[in-house]
Amino acid sequence: MREILDDIDRWRSDGKKVAVARVVKIEGSGPRDPGAAMAVNEDGEVAGSVSGGCVEGAVVSEALAIIGENAPGRMVTFGYSDDEAFAVGLTCGGIIRLYIEQLDW
Amino acid sequence: MSTSIYQQFTDYIKNETPVALATIIEGPGVGAKLLVARVDGVEKVIGSLGHPELDRVVARDTAGELEAGRTGVRHYGPEGQATPEDLIDTPTVVVFIESFSPAPQLWIFGAVDFTAALGRVAKVLGYRVTVCDAREIFATKRRFPMADEVMVTWPTPMFEKRGSTLGPRDAVCILTHDPKFDVPAVQGALSTSVGYIGVMGSRKTHNKRLERLAEVGVNSPEQLSRLMSPIGLDLGGRTPEETAIAICAEIIARRTGHSATSLKNTDGAIHS
Repeated sequence: MREILDDIDRWRSDGKKVAVARVVKIEGSGPRDPGAAMAVNEDGEVAGSVSGGCVEGAVVSEALAIIGENAPGRMVTFGYSDDEAFAVGLTCGGIIRLYIEQLDW
Repeated sequence: MSTSIYQQFTDYIKNETPVALATIIEGPGVGAKLLVARVDGVEKVIGSLGHPELDRVVARDTAGELEAGRTGVRHYGPEGQATPEDLIDTPTVVVFIESFSPAPQLWIFGAVDFTAALGRVAKVLGYRVTVCDAREIFATKRRFPMADEVMVTWPTPMFEKRGSTLGPRDAVCILTHDPKFDVPAVQGALSTSVGYIGVMGSRKTHNKRLERLAEVGVNSPEQLSRLMSPIGLDLGGRTPEETAIAICAEIIARRTGHSATSLKNTDGAIHS
């Protein structure tokens, strides 16, 4: 998260709403460890990353939805488990669990 | 107006204070935050997860994770219950604890061309870079703008003063080729718990250095096995930049314990 703080500061000083997605758990093979973080502002601008590019697009949609609905933070899972709402998979075959929340704290 | 938790969190990160952030990611109180910072060796706790006993237990665990530099998920009851029996028939509070330790250090001894290239590559990898040389005309911030710090000093006082701050995540690279400088630098580095010690020089220089180290009593197998000398992986590169990559790649491989051969030629999990 350290590497995206400058972008977050800049957006917040411009009065933009920001959501942050953090990897909290990886099962099997995964490109980024827990703690990898990505920030999205209300205009859809992005800083940082949470995978090798496999799920970033879906994370942006989810982050924008949370900002738009002014919703509380929630867990989002990407991977092979078939009861998940998201069709996006990881090419490496792993499962990635993210926590996405608005930066309102 | 009180400063937000986020503001305090970013202030701690920017001034390199060790800090850990605990967030409820599932269960009652989702989104609540507890921040634990270690300021001058004393833990400071900011924020609340909604129950004093939960705060107490999570602050204790978060301090432990911070000490170990770990990041991960833990489960509690809403009133801080932590044992499996206590968690039966209670909603589960899932807490993500993320540790932010200060950047790892790289000390480079010797203000030479290889130093500038190594400093640049190390900055890409997130190191805090310190360049040390006893020669005032070479050890200048102007020659090493990428360095966080340029010290005009001999190795021994540097290690005496700050050697205790080096740990397993940190690295010392000795690029001087000068026995006056590299023998005390090796001695100093070996007196710390630094994770990587690399010493530059041809095989001939390396062999002569071993003789000089033996003269000052550095000759035990345990000591010599810590020295990566000649420094770097055998990539066949020539330029300072290519050499810097060979050194940094060796630092990573030593930390992870991996073989540093092509994945094409190995089996098993890539990320382990």
